[in-house]
Amino acid sequence: MAKTKVKSFDPSEKPAKNGWLLTLIFSLLSVFFIMPILVVLWNSFKVKSSINLTPFQLPNRQTFVGFENYIRGMQQINFFAAFVNTLTITVLSVVVIILCTSMCGWYIARVNSKGGNLIYFLFAFSMVIPFQMVMYTLSLVANRLGLTTPLGIVPVYLGFGAGLATFMFVGFARSIPLEIEEAAMIDGCGACGIFFRVVLPIMKPTYITVAILETMWIWNDYLLPSLVLQSDYRTIPIAIQYLKGGYGTVDWGAMMAVLILAIVPIIIFYAICQKYIIGGVVAGAVKG
Amino acid sequence: MKRTVRRAFPLFVLPTLVAFIVGFIIPFVMGVYLSFHKFTVVTNTKFVGFGNYVKMMGDQSFVHSLWYTVLFTIVSVITINVFAFIIALFLCKVFKGAKLFRTIFFMPNLIGGIVLGYIWQIILNGILAHWNITLQYDAKYGFWGLIILMNWQQIGYMMIIYIAGIMSVPTELLESAMIDGAGSFERLKSVVIPILRPSITICTFLTLTNGFKLFDQNLALTGGEPAKSSEMLALNIYNTFYGRVGWQGVGQAKAVIFTIIVAAIAFIQLYATRSKEEQM
Repeated sequence: MAKTKVKSFDPSEKPAKNGWLLTLIFSLLSVFFIMPILVVLWNSFKVKSSINLTPFQLPNRQTFVGFENYIRGMQQINFFAAFVNTLTITVLSVVVIILCTSMCGWYIARVNSKGGNLIYFLFAFSMVIPFQMVMYTLSLVANRLGLTTPLGIVPVYLGFGAGLATFMFVGFARSIPLEIEEAAMIDGCGACGIFFRVVLPIMKPTYITVAILETMWIWNDYLLPSLVLQSDYRTIPIAIQYLKGGYGTVDWGAMMAVLILAIVPIIIFYAICQKYIIGGVVAGAVKG
Repeated sequence: MKRTVRRAFPLFVLPTLVAFIVGFIIPFVMGVYLSFHKFTVVTNTKFVGFGNYVKMMGDQSFVHSLWYTVLFTIVSVITINVFAFIIALFLCKVFKGAKLFRTIFFMPNLIGGIVLGYIWQIILNGILAHWNITLQYDAKYGFWGLIILMNWQQIGYMMIIYIAGIMSVPTELLESAMIDGAGSFERLKSVVIPILRPSITICTFLTLTNGFKLFDQNLALTGGEPAKSSEMLALNIYNTFYGRVGWQGVGQAKAVIFTIIVAAIAFIQLYATRSKEEQM
């Protein structure tokens, strides 16, 4: 229901009166709004001793250090490994989640049995439970089952993320008219054939929505991987927190550089999939 | 057709169901169980009834974090929604750059809580340095710092939801209100806001639960300093689990109470949304 609204950002209305004034005001506001990131950006090129107390000073001839902070920051926390871990965990988990939960969601919507409805209810219930409730016991279970590597954490994400994802797929699957699937069955398709040839293409918008919501969650997640993963596997948020705690006094130079390195992939992702991200967020918010 | 699909149970449902049982059901049940036990390792637990809950109520830091969280949530819900709504009212108009400005305002939402916490730590400490203090000087700086941070992160998100809502207001309705002589404030009050009620409900509850469950930003911005006085509920629970030996049971009891509060908010939301829909 939200899908159609999101795209209609450009209603066929007349341009606003005093449009130039709005443009001017919002240009200033926007600069002010992205200032925090700009401040971090220019501080990432300053010598570390002049960051903490005077962050608003632009780098000058005395304080400019080039990419020194970047090199030091990347070495201290092995940023490259953290990036690869985060990417692996996010991509694998999201693919597994959307594949498994869409199949499960469609099954629940079509079979409509008592057991299916019970599972559906439990999924809905799990959506409102905060992570703190299960964080201690979940880390014990994951530990016991050896799910403490970037591959092992994938089923953990599937389990904890199943609620919202399945819930959204059930909702969408229920709105697909049955006739199409029945026709496919008469043509000789089994459950797999119906799902992969007919249902999956129809559900594409929901796949995008769920994939975006899960990506934003898993890429930025700190607590779950910090409790589940062995200490030699770090994701980007864990590495940043480690940089803060691991060295007594904080090396603000390295910190600024690593923060920029953490933001850049997000901005690239945003630039590429902007339309889907904003649409997905609204659709997710309305349903979730 | 039902029969064909039903036979596919092992392939279609089992993977998700097994992961869900391992990743949610078992930890949840174990969590409830452990909240009534004293333990340091789970293989050696002692039943203590409501002992953990009693101990929890006597824990000053918990009671403080509860009120701190409630106050934080109230202030953040109001500020985020008011700012997001005002910005949405302007950015739904057609003018040069409106689309770009929406993109910019939404962007901080994608940045993770830990990164946000350190960005704002450097900014706010830079400002406070004029008075020779830091965020860790007093809980009120941590409080307002976190309010600023959460506003920065969430205004864009709520703005997008409000814009989508405003766009769905039928133009004819606004035109006929105009013909009836309604000024722009009148139109906002009697036409736009009533239609926007679902958006307002969604945004209110999103900010409400986000505020209540806040963890990463709290950890990275102040870490609860000074002396746990800027610690919110989620962080307090975390510190009870991992910072105090022998208090794991109390930590779990706190988590149960936390869950009940968050679930209650969610059910009120469900009820509020349902009854609104019935009115329409």
